[in-house]
Amino acid sequence: MAEEVILLDDFWSSMFGMRCRIALAEKGVKYEYKEEDLRKKSDLLLQMNPIHKKIPVLVHNGRPVCESLVILQYIDETWPGKCSLLPSDPYQRAQARFWADYVDKKFSDLGRKICTAKGEEQEVAKKELIDSLKLLEGELGDKPFFGGEMLGFVDLAIVPFYTYFLAYETCGNFSIEVECPNFIAWTKRCLEIESVSKSLADPQKVYGFVLHLKKVNGIE
Amino acid sequence: MAGKVVLHGMWASPYSNRVELALKVKGIEYEFVEEDLTNKSETLLRYNPVHKKVPVLVHDGKPIAESLVIIEYIDETWTDGPRLLPQDPYERAKVRFWAGFCQQQLFEAIITVVKTDGEAQERAVKEVHEKLKVLEEGIKGNYPEGSLFVNGDSVGLLDIVVHSILGAHKVHEEVLGVKFLDPEKYPRVTSWVTALTEFPLVKEAAPPHEKMVGFLQFFRARALKSATA
Repeated sequence: MAEEVILLDDFWSSMFGMRCRIALAEKGVKYEYKEEDLRKKSDLLLQMNPIHKKIPVLVHNGRPVCESLVILQYIDETWPGKCSLLPSDPYQRAQARFWADYVDKKFSDLGRKICTAKGEEQEVAKKELIDSLKLLEGELGDKPFFGGEMLGFVDLAIVPFYTYFLAYETCGNFSIEVECPNFIAWTKRCLEIESVSKSLADPQKVYGFVLHLKKVNGIE
Repeated sequence: MAGKVVLHGMWASPYSNRVELALKVKGIEYEFVEEDLTNKSETLLRYNPVHKKVPVLVHDGKPIAESLVIIEYIDETWTDGPRLLPQDPYERAKVRFWAGFCQQQLFEAIITVVKTDGEAQERAVKEVHEKLKVLEEGIKGNYPEGSLFVNGDSVGLLDIVVHSILGAHKVHEEVLGVKFLDPEKYPRVTSWVTALTEFPLVKEAAPPHEKMVGFLQFFRARALKSATA
């Protein structure tokens, strides 16, 4: 059976889609990319993800997989051998899953608050983001990547959020590099890898998108 | 598989109960440390500095936190005995997706019903029903009838998660005056949850109904009080 892999995604805004693109690139999986206009969802998207109606969706031989971290693990298990995303040791795997889960719990919400809130609420969100990044710096330690010598599950889970940093810094009027230099050094190392640099959206475009969303929602 | 296993948990925590059930299904011997969540121990804070929550599984002195992460760790570490996740990557993806849905969407909605009253509670009740409808359709579509549980004849990760959320439905009815598990609206989910509560390992481990009712009443009263404070 000829293999058919489709990724339903939205290039500009979705950090979750970026995770999947990096994983497919790392694994050297050929796939068809279908751009979704989130204001006008395609029939294929609605059919493949009827529950959340969200991207990304990986469709492998007609069968859909939804939720980016579920997709990453599916990709890792379906195309093993090349560039393992998760380590082989169960304890290390548990740590990787823990930190990916941590990022999902923290970042989206904080990012949104930094971009849209004002005054005290914004300051609290900024501080929480910096504290979270410092915690991640501690977890990274001296390693080049969270996955060790090579990119791993946690690196893929986190690095797409970097595309929103320009937006956070501009809306929040602060510098993430000043507060968390080791974290930014890690993002720079990731960006030197082709599968990452080709999969991440341009931060300027992302910032433009954030401004557009704010305008559309009547937020200054 | 050698090595000391300690579970830091709390008797009424659904997250803690999930891990206990997983350990029991695998036949793993463990020591249970009951944590007072109003006065967390030094040990707990040391083992889970990030979230400071139960459950934490400590295996050979190494801590693992987050219930779903722990259950996958258990499945990967103790490989003889029943599997908690299927072997096929697509089936595994389905289990992970639905466990995530139940946790993030269904459970959150139920918690909101517990913690609110009036209009906010009415909205939350409506949301629970929406999520149950999605779960009913999802299970019908993804898991043909025939086996007792999604995992086959023995409970697996998704069965365990659903039990932790809906197993206490009679407690919910008594404390909240709301019946979620309508067998006419959600026949598959209702029969699944019934089978779960009857499963011997589950039945033995379940805390007494009255004790759960008392706890939920206390939890709800505390939440309502702090909401108006």
